[in-house]
Amino acid sequence: MRIGIVCPYSWDVPGGVQFHVRDLAEHLRRLGHTVSVLAPADDGTALPPYVVSAGRAMAVPYNGSVARLSFGPLSAARVRRWVHDGDFDVLHLHEPAAPSLALLTCWVARGPIVATFHTSNPRSRAMVAAYPILQPALEKISARIAVSEYARRTLVEHLGGDAVTIPNGVDVGFFAGAEPKAEWQGSTIGFIGRIDESRKGLAVLLRAFPQILERRPETRLLVAGRGDAEEAAGLLPAALRDRVEFLGMISDEDKARLLRSVDIYAAPNLGGESFGIILVEAMSAGAPVLASDLDAFSQVLDGGTAGELFPTGDADALAAAAAELLGDPARRAALRERAARHVLRFDWSTVGSDVLAVYETVTEGASTVAPDDRISPWARLWSRGG
Amino acid sequence: MTTVIWIAVVLLLIGVYLSWTAGRLDRLHARIDAARAALDAQLLRRASATLELATSGVFDPASAMVLYQAAHAARRAPEDEREVAESELSQSLRAVLGSREQLTAVSEVPGGPEAVAELAAAVRRVPMARRFHNDAVRAARALRRHRKVRWFRLAGHAPFPMAFDMDDEAPEVLAAYGNGNGTGATAAFRS
Repeated sequence: MRIGIVCPYSWDVPGGVQFHVRDLAEHLRRLGHTVSVLAPADDGTALPPYVVSAGRAMAVPYNGSVARLSFGPLSAARVRRWVHDGDFDVLHLHEPAAPSLALLTCWVARGPIVATFHTSNPRSRAMVAAYPILQPALEKISARIAVSEYARRTLVEHLGGDAVTIPNGVDVGFFAGAEPKAEWQGSTIGFIGRIDESRKGLAVLLRAFPQILERRPETRLLVAGRGDAEEAAGLLPAALRDRVEFLGMISDEDKARLLRSVDIYAAPNLGGESFGIILVEAMSAGAPVLASDLDAFSQVLDGGTAGELFPTGDADALAAAAAELLGDPARRAALRERAARHVLRFDWSTVGSDVLAVYETVTEGASTVAPDDRISPWARLWSRGG
Repeated sequence: MTTVIWIAVVLLLIGVYLSWTAGRLDRLHARIDAARAALDAQLLRRASATLELATSGVFDPASAMVLYQAAHAARRAPEDEREVAESELSQSLRAVLGSREQLTAVSEVPGGPEAVAELAAAVRRVPMARRFHNDAVRAARALRRHRKVRWFRLAGHAPFPMAFDMDDEAPEVLAAYGNGNGTGATAAFRS
């Protein structure tokens, strides 16, 4: 099958959607499909052979944060050429409801279009106002995929209609087979995520840490992720600072090894998560997970059976649960065992065949993807005139 | 004179806009047709796979009869009874394939694993195809309810699109059978 995938965010900036697109493309290529990925990228970035650059992305404030997006007539022309040259059987767009390359593609292409919705922003007035503008483009999508039941609910609430739920994929074998590192083992709690992003909840974990140490004095905390370690350490009493190790940015291999080594993986996130891929990675590596009870996390942890949940933002509850878990090897083993079975549904072998099933459903008997000549009423006028 | 030109320009623009909207609607109707064809194909595939299993002699006579009846009725149902017949097939599948033992027994006979994999694939794709169909129907209905479409009768004689409403819940053991990829992993992450 000839598959065109559109990634809305800059290829050179690491992020969940980008990783998902990369892994999906590589999985599909291994199965023998022809895949082309269109993504914004700075000039001079080294790109894998299957990625086509849509030009530089601009930083634009959108929805409360700065998004790096591609748009404008130049981008539209590039997208159009990519669609034309690719001769795809199906297009797979990611995050088409944001003002992005994916939305542009939706605008200029016709044929079988599949779209994956990753985020689950709360319903906003801007979304409601933007709805009539988006609608003519979004109604070309033949199949919608939401990455979690939570994301599906918000999608239905925002745009109406329906979507199938297919979770993000993880290479379970990669994490399960990683080599633990001795210096990261022995009563350790792991945290991976941006240190300076309050949403990731490191502050909650650091507030809970003194209480954990009171009950389990041998505990160490390993923090991996970008951000100012000095500033974060300032939240702790000076005497406890040597119990916390900041590892900075780590490679994928080290991430897997860290998750293989720790006794607890803590996810104290405060919100804004629609899936929680890191929890699946932790479970794949056999790390017992202790996470805040966000909707998305509770779903990924199978309602709290494949990992433990605590009330979001509650440092005392986190401390109590962590101390309890650290002192109960049998409970940790049970969680590991349960999680190992649960993560199989997130493995690329399962997720990939589900995505392919969607492609087959929309392409059966349909024509191939082509540029759309009727993108707006006024384009119609010009094309008639000339 | 300029007034006449202005009126002509405005009328032209309105005309172009309406014709574009009619094109949008046309495309939505085409999307519904394609989605309905895909749904029909998957429903037919499911019924065929069920019939094949029912007549393969792997089930006890009572189970085989239940499946055969339901699949046969689903294939033969006239348009207005289709939703009920397909829902009954879903219920029968859940009743007969309710236990893991049943599935294991079926998988042990020659040709059994292939037949089960085919049924599992169809059972997984029916809810997908149905959601995509109903999503297209919802989009078309939203546009058709709009004033401009009603006043100018842009929808022509196309029938008002109807959602396909049925019980498409898969038997749990079949959902766990995977997508015919043989991993045995759970394919479903359903609502």
